[in-house]
Amino acid sequence: MSDVLAVTEHRRGDLRDESFELITAGRELADGSDGDLHLAVISGDVDDFADELNREGVDAIHTVDRGEEFNHDIYRQVTEQLADEIDAQYIVAPHSVNGLDYAPAVAQTLGYPLVTDIVDADAEGGLSVTRELYNGKTEADVEVDSERAFVTVRPGEWDATEGDGSATVEAFDAAIDEEQVRSTVTGFEEVGAGDVDISEAEVLVSVGRGIEEEDNLDIIFDLAEALDATVSSSRPIVDNGWLPQDRQVGQSGKKVTPEVYIAVGISGAVQHVAGMKGAETIIAINNDPSAPIYDIADYGIVDDLFDVVPALTEQFE
Amino acid sequence: MKILVTVSEVAEADDEFEIDGLSIDDRYLTYDLNEWDDYAIEEAVQISESHDDVEVVTVTVGPERAEETIRQGLAKGADRAVRVWDDKLDDVELVDSATKARLLAGVAREEDPDLVLSGVQTADMAFGSTGVALASELGYEWGAVVNQLDLEDDVASVHRELEGGVEELTEVELPAVLTIQTGINEPRYASLRGIRQAQSKPLDVKSPADLGVELDQSVLSLTSLEEPETESDVDLFEGSADDTAEELATLLREKGVEA
Repeated sequence: MSDVLAVTEHRRGDLRDESFELITAGRELADGSDGDLHLAVISGDVDDFADELNREGVDAIHTVDRGEEFNHDIYRQVTEQLADEIDAQYIVAPHSVNGLDYAPAVAQTLGYPLVTDIVDADAEGGLSVTRELYNGKTEADVEVDSERAFVTVRPGEWDATEGDGSATVEAFDAAIDEEQVRSTVTGFEEVGAGDVDISEAEVLVSVGRGIEEEDNLDIIFDLAEALDATVSSSRPIVDNGWLPQDRQVGQSGKKVTPEVYIAVGISGAVQHVAGMKGAETIIAINNDPSAPIYDIADYGIVDDLFDVVPALTEQFE
Repeated sequence: MKILVTVSEVAEADDEFEIDGLSIDDRYLTYDLNEWDDYAIEEAVQISESHDDVEVVTVTVGPERAEETIRQGLAKGADRAVRVWDDKLDDVELVDSATKARLLAGVAREEDPDLVLSGVQTADMAFGSTGVALASELGYEWGAVVNQLDLEDDVASVHRELEGGVEELTEVELPAVLTIQTGINEPRYASLRGIRQAQSKPLDVKSPADLGVELDQSVLSLTSLEEPETESDVDLFEGSADDTAEELATLLREKGVEA
């Protein structure tokens, strides 16, 4: 009992980047307990996926050719059976929307303690993981007092594994209980195919919770007009219905890579940063000097946005 | 039809705070209704308003302090509430989702709801796992990260919000637990009448023993809690708004930004 099972993820025909990061994280855990790293590849073009995932550090790949897309009832049953089969000490999955859709169920059935969204792990002599607490304002080390555990790893925290591998690839004969498959994926929808494509913009003025009220958006649009820029936003603005979904930057919205990104009244939660960290120059205007946006910004003005934004607009008029 | 909504009280830390041992010093914490649960309550109340005979019950694992938060849910339209607590939990630094799920399942077994709505995650601890763990504990079907919900007979048609602006359309058989994403609706503010009525709505308090749940030793323990070191090398402009705006304008022009 020292092996690690990493459950990979794909969507609509492509493996997701998180799957390759998972190999690195899984290898780290396996090294700590001196075990093997097993990958689970469930549904879709499993043989092609297995080929792509056969990278350095992987010892065995188990494929289950059943269905095209993610279904949590299938993932759950396969993961439980595979964990049992290889006597997995640790199970790892991406901290993704789909990861969250089966990991807690598997952990609950198998009696594995679950720690989600980890950013670091140490498996030498017992498992200790690092994760954020209190809305990202603190970082905690959490000791897991159990021989076994299920962890989900935050995307982007481990580098993707690159080198070629020599893992064994085998079809795993999972016994799927159809009675337990009580949800059906019927399709996908791309949200917000509006007339503005923020991912094409060279300059974005992006607005967050700090704007306080819908009417205040005027000063943001005025600035964008003065700069010949496009307006985007963080999640709360879209949740409030003040801007359409296609303006949202972040993990659940769009990834943007403009020349200049001006974040106005945006705190810079990790989900937002995931969507804009590729911007060439990041400028933050936020009156909270401890806001995480300043960790990633190149330039900043720690001041009231209601003073700074109109003043900046005036500079360009 | 009965809908059970899991409601958490969360701790929000001030911008400036101090860490006392393995938690944030209580002087810097404000307690409030978890944002995600606010949307879950609203979704349940909207269903009760558009269907006949729907009872909305909230369940909270939390100390007496949480009753103010629980009353918020009642003021927004939930019919009654259950709170579960044991003083032993005061000493647990991090209540794991398995324990939380077992406690919530204890209440769910008594209530026997058709639908359980749960926020995707709590704002403070953000494990994002309670709802699905609860479904597993109850043997219910589930769906995580739901941003659209339509009920037809014994099936919930949901949109699950995946990454990158893609939604998955899924049919979930009831009974089920759905974890609710922010933005699914517009949570109401409690009316004065609602706030008054909330005071007289039932709020039952139960212990784990009442529910037949035995609390095990916690398997998760904190060994350190720190403010993350900032890796910031941000260049800050200082001075009046006019001065900083002028400096920023110069920079933007250097970067080629021009109307």
